[in-house]
Amino acid sequence: MLELTVFGMILLMKKFDAIIVGAGHNGLVNACYLQRAGLDVLIVEKNDWVGGAAVSRELTPGFIYSNCAYVCSLFRPEIMRDLELPKHGLQIIAYEGGAVFTRDGDYLASYRDHHAHRREFARFSKRDAEAYERYSRDVTRQCRFIQPLLMRRAPDPASFKPADIAELMYLARKFGGLGPKEMADTLRFWTMSISDFLDEYFETDVIKAYLAISGIIGTALGPMSPGTAYVLLHHYMGEVDGSVGAWGYARGGMGSITKALASSFTASGGTIMTGSGVEKILVSGGKAKGVALENGDEHYADIVVSNADVKRTFLKLVDEKDLPSSFVRSVSNFKIRGSSGKLNIALDTLPEFPALPKGSTCVRGDMHFTDSVERMERGYDDWKAGRWSADPFIDMMIPTIMDPTMTSPGKHFVSCFVQYCPPKVEGRDWTDADRDAFAETVISQIADYSPGFRERIVHMEVRTPRELEAEVGLTEGNIFQGELTFDQLLFNRPIPGYAQYRSPIRGLYMCGSSTHPGGGVMGAPGRNAAREILSNLSRSTGHVSDAHDVI
Amino acid sequence: MMSYDAIIIGGGHNGLVAATMLAKSGRKVALFEAAGQLGGAARGSEFHPGFRSPGLAHVINRLHRDVIKELDLVRHGLALKATQTPTVALAADGNHLVLRGAYGQSIDGNLADGEINGWQTLRTQLFRHAGILKRMFDDVPPPLGAPSAGELFKLARTGLALRLLGKVEMREFMRMILMPVADVANEHLKEERLKGLLAFDATLGIHLGPRSPTSLLGLYYRLAGELDGVAGEQTIPDGGMSALIAAIEKSARSRGVMIRTGASVARIMIENERTCGIVLADGSEMRAPLIVSGISPVTTFKSLVGPRHLDTGFVRAIGNIRTKGDTSKLHLALDRMPQFAGLSNADHAGRLVFAPSSEYVERAFNPAKYGELPDTPVMEITLPSMLAPEGACVLSANIQHTPFDLKQGWQSGKIELYRRVIELLEQHAPGISKSIVGHELLSPPDIETSYLMPGGHWHHGELQADQMLMMRPTYAASRYATPLSGLYLCGAGSHPGGGISGMPGLLAARTILKGPRK
Repeated sequence: MLELTVFGMILLMKKFDAIIVGAGHNGLVNACYLQRAGLDVLIVEKNDWVGGAAVSRELTPGFIYSNCAYVCSLFRPEIMRDLELPKHGLQIIAYEGGAVFTRDGDYLASYRDHHAHRREFARFSKRDAEAYERYSRDVTRQCRFIQPLLMRRAPDPASFKPADIAELMYLARKFGGLGPKEMADTLRFWTMSISDFLDEYFETDVIKAYLAISGIIGTALGPMSPGTAYVLLHHYMGEVDGSVGAWGYARGGMGSITKALASSFTASGGTIMTGSGVEKILVSGGKAKGVALENGDEHYADIVVSNADVKRTFLKLVDEKDLPSSFVRSVSNFKIRGSSGKLNIALDTLPEFPALPKGSTCVRGDMHFTDSVERMERGYDDWKAGRWSADPFIDMMIPTIMDPTMTSPGKHFVSCFVQYCPPKVEGRDWTDADRDAFAETVISQIADYSPGFRERIVHMEVRTPRELEAEVGLTEGNIFQGELTFDQLLFNRPIPGYAQYRSPIRGLYMCGSSTHPGGGVMGAPGRNAAREILSNLSRSTGHVSDAHDVI
Repeated sequence: MMSYDAIIIGGGHNGLVAATMLAKSGRKVALFEAAGQLGGAARGSEFHPGFRSPGLAHVINRLHRDVIKELDLVRHGLALKATQTPTVALAADGNHLVLRGAYGQSIDGNLADGEINGWQTLRTQLFRHAGILKRMFDDVPPPLGAPSAGELFKLARTGLALRLLGKVEMREFMRMILMPVADVANEHLKEERLKGLLAFDATLGIHLGPRSPTSLLGLYYRLAGELDGVAGEQTIPDGGMSALIAAIEKSARSRGVMIRTGASVARIMIENERTCGIVLADGSEMRAPLIVSGISPVTTFKSLVGPRHLDTGFVRAIGNIRTKGDTSKLHLALDRMPQFAGLSNADHAGRLVFAPSSEYVERAFNPAKYGELPDTPVMEITLPSMLAPEGACVLSANIQHTPFDLKQGWQSGKIELYRRVIELLEQHAPGISKSIVGHELLSPPDIETSYLMPGGHWHHGELQADQMLMMRPTYAASRYATPLSGLYLCGAGSHPGGGISGMPGLLAARTILKGPRK
């Protein structure tokens, strides 16, 4: 006992080189890179577990839930290699399959194989099958342009610093290398709605609905809002095992990613304190000093890196008096509207989908029940009016078909990502009754396509933006820590002039999804922030690999 | 067979401007207009005995000073009213806001403390940003690919102007440029009447709601307009747009432009992969090496040129131009001046906007996405003088968010829309319905038919970010020259876009006069 107290005393007295607020995947990535550069790093996490939104949790005996993030593709392979995550237990299983169920009892299957996919499109429209070739080529070209930017610092166009000018020149050269017509295509792509973009290629509703999904996931915009074509790209830039655009499951649930990161971090000598919510980030004389925990403990370091979103960081954890008022205003104006909810469901048997042929592999991938862009957009109209969608869009996956480690044989975990779901219900806070009614809306939609689904349920966790904010700490339940609209991308993310992971307070950095390049279990913000911090300290960044071009 | 140096297709104001400019340079120019009268969207008609409409357009707020100067319009009879025309944000309870001076230099009406400061901060910022964009709207769009030294210089000057705003303002410009107008308004204002007005003005004529990203561009476009050198100023011309068109026509004729109305062009003749003339609907042929089309790019390429003279990618790009209009036009013949409750007599001469809040505009937009009519439409009303017999009055209104493709069909749709609009008008101007002696409601399909604009779209194609600047109407035709040698575009479908500005016509003519880029 005495020894423990002494150890505690030492921990309290000890000054770290850097303290990371929050053990989400970006906080962990950031911490790993800093620790590996020889810094002494402490991570403080409010929950009793690490992972932020990338967690595996056993919420009912025998069922492990990926109860927030549920699929993996965007996580940068460079980071995986740098931090030796496979050695620390990470395995990604690429999946294929998926289907959109249509109201007339048919379905549109999805295949990884381009030609199989094209053949499926041809079942609905020959013209669309032909257009799919052009579409794939054009989207890939856009990906090729944008993907390398993920792992670079966004330049500040208003700055005359050599590093910013060099970065702007890089962008100009890259853009200039496109050829005039492709440049025009890129400019259009960045400003179009996914619906208009798809209209230029396809004529079949269900095909457009299927492709539009990536344009709205996590976004508080409808498929007819300009800017959603870019969001599509955000979901396409990922890769699994070098296969661009592929998606996978993390074996053991999404928590395996953050567990591997935590293991890599502690193996290189880092310290993690869970159950240690931060009350305040300590600032003195315009410089970060450390953190004060909710339990009253204080820990000190000259560098504090916040994995929390920009609103939480600067409107809650930092005293307003320590910040310029214009900065506080910009942070208040930052858009972080939650738009999604989640149902995590434990089933005692595999659900049936009568529309699918027996033994169909479609159940291995994402299943949707929204067969037209108009239905998605109407769902968004509900959200704008402050209600959850009466006819919601659901991204449903059953990872346990591919991953036997999450449940006992024959039992299944079903992840349902649901859009749209507002942070407040018609202007007031969520109640438990609202939450249950929301869940019922979702379950009844699924049951329309999967008879007996309801009877198979043994446990269910319902998460509205209220729960996402309370548990994961995502303001308004926004899964990307801020909308991916142009005014909040690149040099505008999160705040113009503060897009390079720094803040007005010396030594206080940001590394969450609020920063460039944004959300998703990607790790790039954490890595990029680490590189900025290390170069500020004039430390080597040799262990931070550059982006590789794979497309 | 007649032959000319240049043939202009379409006698809208842009076609007339281009024709005059080319004739001024000594070329022999002929202009062909399908309708019986010149003017295009500025053309009015007698919609009820003794009552004339002002034209599809009813406000002048962006007629460019270069156009006035180059065409010597003042000498040819253009007299813009010296009195200022206010904008009125109508409120249901008669508690209107009257914006005076250029877009609300001052505001009459009761506003909460602090709102006027918020408004002025925002207004100044919007004008500053619009000023940067105006540099681009006033010139041929910048090229993509390898720009010439001169073009690089122009780009550098725009960049410098942006930088000269100061670091903070430059960043604000780059943050705001593609934002939704509603979010920008929310950052500065609480007053719903102002937010509603901004929302309406940003989305009028465009298929976007105020919460759609990029919708602020519509407002910038408006504020980049000017009247007599004053940005954001507007006027409602006496007698409608006809006086303006008469001045432009006079200028054109004085330069020797041969004008034929009632002469519809059936096709553009092509020999050896370049234009050589046109064939009229009556079969007669007119020859000219240079053809300049002021009509819609879609009609120009799809009907007059035909796909066999164009490459597939280009035809596809033209087919992808979004041209479905959202705006209907209402003309009412009233036997007396209407009386809007709570509005002074003098302010009835203003531009009256019914858009009580930003959410209201958004709600009016929602059904338009699905081909349905709004329950409560939003609109802009003017009462132009000198179009009706003594003591009577014409009401002209743009009704927004009434989609071209109406699911229920426009036959019943028009009856329903008319009823809803009159109900709204009656609430604001009690007794107005009893004073109606005649009316004309032009739905987007009606506008398509009477003005030969595909989709009934004012701008000959959506004026949204992806169809602006070097993407207007499509990249390969964005600098007035087209892939077809000898064919140029000069209408609203080209940069900078629609509105009575004359700029597409002027910039197209300047491009032609400069000759092909070496």
